[in-house]
This record gives sequence, C-alpha cells and structure tokens, in this order.
Amino acid sequence: MVTKDIASQGEKAVETTWEGSVEELRGLVSERALTGETMLLNMGPHHPSTHGVLRLLLELDGEEMVTILPDIGFLHTGIEKSIEDKTYEKAVPLTDRMDYLSPLSNNAVFCMAIEKLANIDVPERAQTIRVIMLELQRIASHLVWLGTGALDMGAMSVFLYAFIEREKILTMFEMAAGQRLMGSYMRPGGVWRDLPAEFFPAVKKFVEEFPRAIEDYETLLKENPIWLDRTQGVGVLEPDVALALGVSGSSLRASGVNWDIRKAMPYSGYQNYDFDVPLGEHGDVYDRYRVRIGEFWESLKIIKQALANLPQQGVFRTDNRKFAPPPRAELGHSMEAVIHHFKLWTQGFDAPDEEVFVAIESPRGEISCYLHGTGGTKPRRAHFKTPSFQHIAAMPAVSKGHLLADMVAIIGSFDIVLGDADR
Amino acid sequence: MQIPAALNPVEEVKAKFGDALLHHKEFRGETTLIVNPDRLVDVMLFLRAAPGLVYNYLSDISAVDYYPNDYGDDFKSDFRPERFGVSYHIYSMLYNRRLRVKAFAAEEAPQLPSLTPHWPAANWLEREIADMMGVKFEGHPDQRRLLMADDWDGHPHRRDYPLGKETVAFSFNIEDIQKNKPIAKE
Amino acid sequence: MGISSKLGNLGVVTTTLETAVNWGRTGAMWPLLFGLACCAIEMMATQASDYDMSRFGMELNRATPRQSDLMIVAGRVTRKMAPVVRQLYDQMAEPKWVLSMGDCASCGGVYNNYAVVQGVDEIIPVDVYVAGCPPRPEQLIHGILTLHEKIKGERIRDWA
Repeated sequence: MVTKDIASQGEKAVETTWEGSVEELRGLVSERALTGETMLLNMGPHHPSTHGVLRLLLELDGEEMVTILPDIGFLHTGIEKSIEDKTYEKAVPLTDRMDYLSPLSNNAVFCMAIEKLANIDVPERAQTIRVIMLELQRIASHLVWLGTGALDMGAMSVFLYAFIEREKILTMFEMAAGQRLMGSYMRPGGVWRDLPAEFFPAVKKFVEEFPRAIEDYETLLKENPIWLDRTQGVGVLEPDVALALGVSGSSLRASGVNWDIRKAMPYSGYQNYDFDVPLGEHGDVYDRYRVRIGEFWESLKIIKQALANLPQQGVFRTDNRKFAPPPRAELGHSMEAVIHHFKLWTQGFDAPDEEVFVAIESPRGEISCYLHGTGGTKPRRAHFKTPSFQHIAAMPAVSKGHLLADMVAIIGSFDIVLGDADR
Repeated sequence: MQIPAALNPVEEVKAKFGDALLHHKEFRGETTLIVNPDRLVDVMLFLRAAPGLVYNYLSDISAVDYYPNDYGDDFKSDFRPERFGVSYHIYSMLYNRRLRVKAFAAEEAPQLPSLTPHWPAANWLEREIADMMGVKFEGHPDQRRLLMADDWDGHPHRRDYPLGKETVAFSFNIEDIQKNKPIAKE
Repeated sequence: MGISSKLGNLGVVTTTLETAVNWGRTGAMWPLLFGLACCAIEMMATQASDYDMSRFGMELNRATPRQSDLMIVAGRVTRKMAPVVRQLYDQMAEPKWVLSMGDCASCGGVYNNYAVVQGVDEIIPVDVYVAGCPPRPEQLIHGILTLHEKIKGERIRDWA
C-alpha cells in the first residue's frame, strides 16, 4: 500500500508493491479474474506511453483486454484548495498548471468565471487578443498531441517536425506574456499587457508558413498503411454512448455529434468569426485524428480574421479601477489611482456570495469552472471539470475487447493530460 | 419533424414534483433549482427525458462546503439548509441552455443518492466528491478513493481541513526547519 | 608529454583512469523517461528539434530504470507518487545521478500544501537542481552540463 509518510522516511525503502488481493476488486473486474483465468496487469504510473502518470489496471485474457480500471491521482496537487487561500488575481497563475499543454485556456475559463461573478466588463480589443491567443494555444496543444501520439505508435519523425512549429508559437507567447508556457496572460478583465509590436510580423509569418507544415504531417501519416491499420476501427465510440459518458470536444465531434461550445454558446467574441466545425463519422481513433487536423485549418482561419478585426483603438484590460490596476504612469499624478493600486495589491477585489458556471472549449474538450464567492476577496470554492477527467473515465467503455497494443492508440487519441485530470 | 417548444424548467418541475422543489434562483442568467435529496434522481431523469426540456448532457457535479468561514457568516438559510451543497450542471443540446440542480447534504453523515446507475457520466464526478468532500453516494458501484492515496485520512476539500503548508523559511527559523525536514542521503 | 613525445605519432594517448571513466560516463548518459508534469513538456522540447539533447549524448530516453543513468525528475512529486519515485530510484543501477528539474521538484514550487512533496530531495538524493517554472531548454542544458562538470570532478575514492 502506498503510505503517506514516505516523505518523512527519507532513504528508508518502503513497501511499494500493491499488497491487496484480487478480492478487493470484486465487482469491478470480471469473475474470471478472481479464479485466475484472466491476468491482472499493471500499466503503472511510470510508462512511456501513458502521457503522464496514469496507472491502468488491465484485466487481460491473453492479449485481449476484458476490463480496465484507471487509477489517477498521482499528480493531484490540490490546486482547487490552494485557490481558496488566494485572492482572485493571485490565483490565476495556479490555474496555468492544471492542463499544462494549454495553460491559456485554463486562465481564460477562470478569468471568465470571475468576470461573470463580479460583473466585470471585457473590452473588445481584449476579447480579440484572447481569441488570437486561444487559437494559437489550440494549435500548439494539438501539435504536442500529434507528436506524442505518433511517437507512441512509432512514427518518430512527426514528433520532431511538430516541435519545430511549436517552438515558433512558444516564441510568440514569450513576446506577449513573457514566458513560453505558463504565461498567466489572461487576467480578470482582459489580458495582462498589450501585444508588443514584434508579435504581429511573427504571427503573420507563422500563419503563412504553417499550412506547409500541416501538409508535411499529412504526407507522413494520412495514407500511411501502418497508421491506417493501427487507427481505423480501433476504439470506436458511439455517439449516444459518448454523450452518456460526458465526452466532449474533438472526441465527441469525431463520433458525429456536432457540438462546439465556440459555436453553441459563444464567448469572447467567437460569434463574429466564420469557421467550420470538422466532424467525424465512425468515432474511431482515425476520425479523432482527422478532426484535430481539421481544427488546425480552422484555427488558422480564425487567427487571420481576428488579426484583421483587431480594434486599433482600445484598451487591453477593463477600465474599471476597482478590478484592474491602473497603469503605472497614472500613479504619479492621481490619488485615486494610488488608492486603487494599494487596495488591489493588498486586499484584492470583492466578489458576491453567489455561484457561477462557465464552460469553454479547450483543445481537449469542455473545461468548465464552477466558482463560488464569499462576498470577500477570496473564493469559497473553485471547481474545474476538466475534459481529461471524463475521458479517462470513458476509456474502459471504449477499449473493451481490443488488444493491448491498441490501448496505446486509444490513450493517445483521447488527448489526455494528467495534470488536467488530477488538478 | 416538429421540435416541441422549450418549456420553463422551474414550472415543469414544480408541476410534476411539487414540494420536492424547495427553492429556485436566478443569478447572472443562470437558473438554479434546489431540490429535496430524496427525489434528486427522479428530478434529474425527468429533466433528461421530458419533451420541451431534454437536458441530455451532464457537464459537471460540484460540491461546496458552507462551513463558517473567517468572515463569520452563519451558513444556514433558506437557500443553504445544510453544510454541503452539491450542484449538478446539465445542458440541453436541443434548446441550447444550461441548468443547475442543487441538493444539500447534512453535516453528520452526509449522503446523497447516486446518479451513476442511470447516467454514466456521473461516475467519477461523484467518486471525486466522495473522496475529497466526504459526501457518500448511495448506490455508487465503486466506493474507492479516486485522487488521494488509498490510506489517506480525511477529506481535503473541506474547509476545516488544513492546507498543509510548510513553514516559510526566514533567517530566524531556518535552523529549526532544517532540523525537522527530511532529506535523503542515499 | 610522456610516451607520445618520445615515440612520435603512434596514435597512443595517455591519461588517468578517472578521466577516461568520467569521459565515458558523461559522453553517453541516458536519461530515464520520467516526466511528471509541465516540466516534462520542456524536457521533450529540449529533446526535440530546436534544442537537441542528443548532441550531449542523451540520444535516447530509456523507459526502464534498469538501463538508464540519469533520472531527471521533471515536475511536481505528489504524496501518492512518492513511493513510486523511490522505487524507480532504487531500481536504477550504479552509477546513477539525479537532476531535479524545475521549482516543484527542487523545493515544492508554487504549491505549499498537503498534496505535494516539498522538494524531491526529501526522498532521493539530488545532484543538480535546475530552477525555473518551467525552466527554459537552455537552462536544462546548462544543468546537464553542470552535472557533466561535477562528474568529471569525481575521483576513484568517491566510487567505492
């Protein structure tokens, strides 16, 4: 059994094998496991293909999987409880680190929940900047999905190609937010600072060059017989099963359900952009791959339109000094600015003792924030329902009857991130 | 095929379940129904199946602990009868709207009926609340802990569970901290 | 100096045993594929095209601890994961080194709460700490080169 005082035992080795018996799993695994007819195999937290620290207890009948019991929690960092200890603005960097492949989406959902709760307005320029950054983040996250998913199935060159493009996006994030990942760029009321002048030529260049990169990936994978063999017909998810299991995002659209939160309940100005939603047919791993490649093209479209529509006059954060700090230049000559600055930095702003729920479309699926205020400066509860959480819960239904080698393809196709699932 | 017109969920639930609907609330465009926990599963299945409502997607189940906080407010009121409030966020794809159904669980032996046998999406969401808040869900097929280790004591998301901070090291207490902090030598 | 200057260009090099062994150890140190959280993404970026780690000998990441020399603890170590980290460290064969990448592995990072071990050096002995949240690929490479310097300074009496 794992013990919780391993940390205090330092160099003493501790019993780490799972000492329980199969009896404890009665009701969760099939009856054949209790007699020993099927084998229980641990695909442990340390595994090259599980995209993080995910432990899967597999019940195998030869090579075929009968039941799967996922075990998460190896990356649970208590982010939700830490947020209760901090003021609203100071909690934004903590949300970065939940889904570490798309930190800007986590920031955005948290900031939107704060804005809904405390009734903060977001100016139009800030909304457009948010859309540009969210779509760039979507491309960057899908690049990692593509690289690691293909790497798990043996296509190593796709990994190296994908990371070249990702470096370009991370350089752009560094220009805007100061950090490659984990920028905490979104703040309640807008964004942290305006986009610098060197950002725009970099984005334009990227948007022109990226289609060639997508064609490279397509050349490597789309009609590759090994890829088709390993992905077509594997991990089929029927649409009604997907809806009942709470699957969302690209995985749901690959099963044929046309639901994209950016279209259904638009936020941050998404209703002003013209883009399509790629859908799949069969709901297998190949369709999830096609949907995400389609999303590359759509994100490029949105970025081009957002760059064209970026309002030239406008502020990047709300003018309401009760929520957003004044620019430093004002502190020299305005007493109210000094008072606002002081109050925001020492105490923070208040939010009412009510609850709100905001959901957005992150690259993985639907991430939602349930925020309950106290009337004071710190939240009572911030709960995030993350897409990877539901997708790992949905994996047993999808992978029954498949071979063990298909498990790697299925895990990769759902695009799970364990920081997202465990928070 | 003619799609039936969207109906008001508050009125429909009040008409069908009467007293089981304790209160309802509107805030920032969101509707909340506070229901009696005994009829919770019936209300949820009615909302999913009734024509005109068709809330077919379960987005999230969240739990709040209304333990008295530093601001000293006493939590019990009409809208918060008990300590733990569990919110079910459902979404209707047909009518494109969201709804929140809330049920409260008492402080001693908090429990609610489980939605998992009828709605598989609730499986891990309820398990996480059982693990982190200590609200037991009757009828849930898997009663093991989800996020914390198997032999962990306590329920971390409760407001009276300490955050577990390590003391911040300054020059006056660094010696004490180093004496007690474990460090591996080999 | 020595024999080579007397016998001309024989193609013979003289050196000490320590230099040779340390050169061999730093030349092809294989890391354990142990990415936990966000720092793992930067580790992957360091391994990939733009900042290539194979020029330092780290061509492959071995997934099995039995064949790896270096454990880069990349990411936050939680209390549930701690016994696993210790078991992996015990399974690695000597000589082995540990590089603690990022703030969470070095000191607990942003998280000071019940779930995160405040620094992986509470569980396993660490040779080099790399700071950053997450550290840039250049910082990680600097950490690895520092580790190489440290190894080059090892002597026979340290090995016993």
